[in-house]
Amino acid sequence: MPSRSPLRHAAHALLAPLLALTTLGTAMAEEAPLPEDWADIEALARGQTVYWNAWGGDAATNRYIDWAAGRLAEQFGVEVVHVKLDDTAAAVSRVIAEKSAGNVDDGAIDLVWINGENFAAMKRHDLLFGPFASRLPNLALTAPDEHPEVRTDFTLPTDGFEAPWGKAQLTFYYDADRVEAPPGGMIELLDWAQTHPGRFTYPLVPDFLGSTFLKQALIELVEDPSVLAEPTDGHDVEALTAPLWEFLDALHPYLWRRGRDFPASGPQLKRLMGDGELSLAFTFNPSEPAAAVAARQLPPSTRSYVLDGGTLGNVHFVAIPFNAAHKAGALVLANFLLSPEAQARKQDIDIWGDPTVLDMTKLTSEQRAAFDSEDDHPARLPPDAMGKLLPEPHPSWMEALEAGWRERYADDG
Amino acid sequence: MTLESAMPAPTLILDDVVIHHGHQRLVAVDARIAAGEVLTVMGPSGVGKSTLLAQVAGFLAPAFTASGHIRLGDVDLTRLPPERRRLGLLFQDPLLFPHLSVGGNLAFGLPAVGGRRSERRRARRRRIEAALNDIGLASFADRDPTTLSGGQRARVALMRVLLAEPRAMLLDEPFSKLDATLRDEMRRLVFARIRARGLPTLMVTHDREDAEAAGGQVIELAPQPQG
Amino acid sequence: MTLFETTVRLVPRLTLLLLIVPVAAGLAGVVAPAFGWLPALGGERWTLAPWRALAQAPGLPDMLRLSLVTGLASSLAALAIVVLFLGAFLDSRLFHLVRRLLSPLLAVPHAAAAIGLAFLLAPSGLASRLISPWASGWTQPPDYLFPGDPAGLALIAGLVLKEVPFLLLMSLAALPQCQAAERLQVARALGYGRLNAFTKAVLPGLYPLIRLPVYAVIAFATSTVEVAMILGPSTPPTLAVTVVRWLGDPDLALRFQASAAALLQLGVTALALLMWWLTERLVAWLAAGWLENGQRRRGERLGRGFGAGLTGLAILLLGASLAGLALWSLAAWWPFPAAWPSPMTLDTWRAAADTAPRPLAHTASLGLAATLLAVALTIGCLEAETLRRRALRPGTQLILYLPLLVPPVAFLYGLVQLQAQLGLTPGWPAAALGHSLFVLPYVFLSLAESYRRLDPRWGQVAAALGASRARTFWRVRLPMLASPIAVAAAVGFAVSVGQYLPTLLLGGGRLATLTTEAVSLASGGDRRLTAVYALGQLALPALGFALAGGLPRLLLRHRRPSP
Repeated sequence: MPSRSPLRHAAHALLAPLLALTTLGTAMAEEAPLPEDWADIEALARGQTVYWNAWGGDAATNRYIDWAAGRLAEQFGVEVVHVKLDDTAAAVSRVIAEKSAGNVDDGAIDLVWINGENFAAMKRHDLLFGPFASRLPNLALTAPDEHPEVRTDFTLPTDGFEAPWGKAQLTFYYDADRVEAPPGGMIELLDWAQTHPGRFTYPLVPDFLGSTFLKQALIELVEDPSVLAEPTDGHDVEALTAPLWEFLDALHPYLWRRGRDFPASGPQLKRLMGDGELSLAFTFNPSEPAAAVAARQLPPSTRSYVLDGGTLGNVHFVAIPFNAAHKAGALVLANFLLSPEAQARKQDIDIWGDPTVLDMTKLTSEQRAAFDSEDDHPARLPPDAMGKLLPEPHPSWMEALEAGWRERYADDG
Repeated sequence: MTLESAMPAPTLILDDVVIHHGHQRLVAVDARIAAGEVLTVMGPSGVGKSTLLAQVAGFLAPAFTASGHIRLGDVDLTRLPPERRRLGLLFQDPLLFPHLSVGGNLAFGLPAVGGRRSERRRARRRRIEAALNDIGLASFADRDPTTLSGGQRARVALMRVLLAEPRAMLLDEPFSKLDATLRDEMRRLVFARIRARGLPTLMVTHDREDAEAAGGQVIELAPQPQG
Repeated sequence: MTLFETTVRLVPRLTLLLLIVPVAAGLAGVVAPAFGWLPALGGERWTLAPWRALAQAPGLPDMLRLSLVTGLASSLAALAIVVLFLGAFLDSRLFHLVRRLLSPLLAVPHAAAAIGLAFLLAPSGLASRLISPWASGWTQPPDYLFPGDPAGLALIAGLVLKEVPFLLLMSLAALPQCQAAERLQVARALGYGRLNAFTKAVLPGLYPLIRLPVYAVIAFATSTVEVAMILGPSTPPTLAVTVVRWLGDPDLALRFQASAAALLQLGVTALALLMWWLTERLVAWLAAGWLENGQRRRGERLGRGFGAGLTGLAILLLGASLAGLALWSLAAWWPFPAAWPSPMTLDTWRAAADTAPRPLAHTASLGLAATLLAVALTIGCLEAETLRRRALRPGTQLILYLPLLVPPVAFLYGLVQLQAQLGLTPGWPAAALGHSLFVLPYVFLSLAESYRRLDPRWGQVAAALGASRARTFWRVRLPMLASPIAVAAAVGFAVSVGQYLPTLLLGGGRLATLTTEAVSLASGGDRRLTAVYALGQLALPALGFALAGGLPRLLLRHRRPSP
């Protein structure tokens, strides 16, 4: 997941202000156009080294990227270097810095794993190359008409500036040895927390997953969720979010550490589950609990589920910075990541367990077979639970919620 | 305190003291030093004189091993930490504390006494002034030790030791760093004070004139063959 | 003037340039946005708006209080432990044992120590497992707020643990310079107990020599990010953590406020240093009479007890933290309240063995290069002192320590800015230079006293025998200083290994080191792999220290040690 843990990307921070003092070449050099024909792109890519900036906080993901790098070297003669980020924002900052320093064709980043706010920021500041997604032959294996989320990133149309890679849906998981009936909604969650004090919490807002929890709660608690698809302008945010704050005020005393301290991120939430400090948690990767059980990070009695009314879901993507030095190589890599081979392996619970963005009906039966899971892992979300997907609210709601949260709970010392 | 210092000083006894460095036998001394007497241990440098003194004072480095006993009258000092032995130790260098004034250095030697705080402080001040007067350095109390001459520093160091009311004295080449002219003067001063207080004294030196000025028994240490 | 002399005389200026340019540029890069100037983000007029926004940030007073209190309290505690330990044990047999135990702990990177301590003391940590359920009755982890307590006690503990070995090492280097052994002997012969003798006779001479390291500790402790992230509270966190969070927020408008906060951080660190300095004056004034009052044994037993107890506790906590990391690296599924992972597996190590060689090579090469440069510049500066027969000006010395005293969150901007301005490609050379910026002050700190203390007569003897300055330097001074140089190099190497931000920023993210891997893994949930990398992060500097201890002995094996 391109997460947003705050610690380490002072990088991102440190780079952007460059614009302040550098007014060097803002003039964009005309870049040499890439060949139209895919075979020519593959030929051009041969021998290139692609620097792929991707969050490196998960060993399984890192191993998968390693595998992809190996396959690319074998198949296409492209070397892939995984630049492990602790935060995708660091990559955004570097591109901004390069742009302000007049670097228009020799950027350090060729491909970046991205979605949400970071994508919105890069697109808004013209930091992306494209549209390129439609040039990838494997994009034909997705079905954007049936699954519009592969071309919508947090309500923002991708316009071909990023290619879908994997899927996410807010998924709850619990330790079945300790929890008999997990809560199916926010009101039930409050009851549950009162009978299990200290066994549930959410990541510190504005961590991505923490903010997602707020959005999920808001969708359930607001009277008419359809307003959330629109920007906050023109709505009485105060009144509409009041039920949410009421809910949190009631919930916090029963959270882990009575809501006076929060884990920094989703992975830390998972670690607290593994340590037994929590009995109920949630993630954006539906396969993560099962993968974590396999990796011996969560109890074998872990079970996953989705809230009764459905949960938020989205897709994560890869994008190419406008000044990437090795665009052909990046395109070949992005196309490979969409191949049935790569997608099937990615979905394999023993490898990573990140759900595919491909549409099964577009695949040959042979290709489909690779996606069939042999053993149904007990910690895994049952297949029919997926699909109760709630759309992401407009990004302005997230900002409003984060600001409101900060106002109310950031100083609890 | 006053009662104790009024008592006659006891005898300092080195009872079969032997010091080894590894397997090498370095020094062996067996001696009694009566009150007011000076025992001089002589020998060239590297022979282990200072090691002997360190053992008596309680500072023997871990590389050495020692046997035998050191007694002050009836008290066995061998296992006592240095601060409990009440031996006045005078080094080659005066080693005045640079962070304290001349008076502060003397006050450092002077034991604390009871009584009211203001009285106590005044009494200490008086004793320090008297002591400075005694060594010809009246009104030097607030001076920085580094502004003193070599001879003046040596006198302050001696007085600092004496103010601590030792029951015996240990002198480690105490005059070797002084000018020839100062050396005689300092010798006279030191030995006069020691005799006046009747302190048994162990001196190590390589200077025969020191031994002559002290006038007591002399033990000559010969260099050991290198093993 | 010979080539040797010309070169050596140039080194101090070169060194100052290397230090002052990035720091100054970095600060400039914060000042402009803090007052609204950041055209890239639409800030095109000077304004105080960022400061107003900062003043209204929820929890700001608590952040400031936390940064100040944890920074000062941890520095004070670390200094107190070092003083009590030296006072209670200097020149005793136990002293040499503890010294040997603590020295390798200097190599423990801050992040690794913090991760280890967090696991030790957390509700589900090793300490709680050891007493559960038989003594505590806990079958599930309790829900107490530690680490991460609002008062910052866990943060203080983590900082103390890490700073004690550093201050101790610096003190050990300074002890001979202030004639500690002689002072101690004089005082004890005058009847002073060990601790009283140390505090009254040695400490007044020792403290001025370790004042700069103490200031460096305060500056670090008030502005640390990694340790505060792991052990500090979250609502609100310390100011430095807040700065980094805001700088990293996708809402780019927060940058202005973040820059103001970075400047405020500089002010907080300066305030902490000022408060400490004033306290120094006050203590010196109050202690003047106490030093001369003639009391020889007051508090002796209590102080020694504390010295032994606190030192023991520090060693125990650090040791247990590291042991916890080692256990995690071997753990499979390890549920609460099991105190011992069962079954044990080498899987994590095997997985790391596939991916670690490259980061390992980067870590080692960056560390060696930065250390080599820093050692060469330091020796050049010190040799220039020797040639000129006077010490560097105080202003120059202050600049040498600039990277230690200015919080990195405030000036790291400049490094990257400079890099982009000059069009330097991010990569290994830039990262190595950036590392040396942080390595240099530590190397200087470690080496300066030994170098200055070397008897000038050795050089005079050599010159009288007809040796040139260069020959005297290479054949007399350098070999005589082999041991302190090796130790300084080991310290520098350890500092380089622990660098995170400079590696990431100046290496363009392409240079994976053990530390960048460990920190990015720590952001994930896999404590096992994090433990492996943290241990690797620790092993390299430890190797450096082992070499530093062994190499000079090996080179000089034909010389007999003087007794």
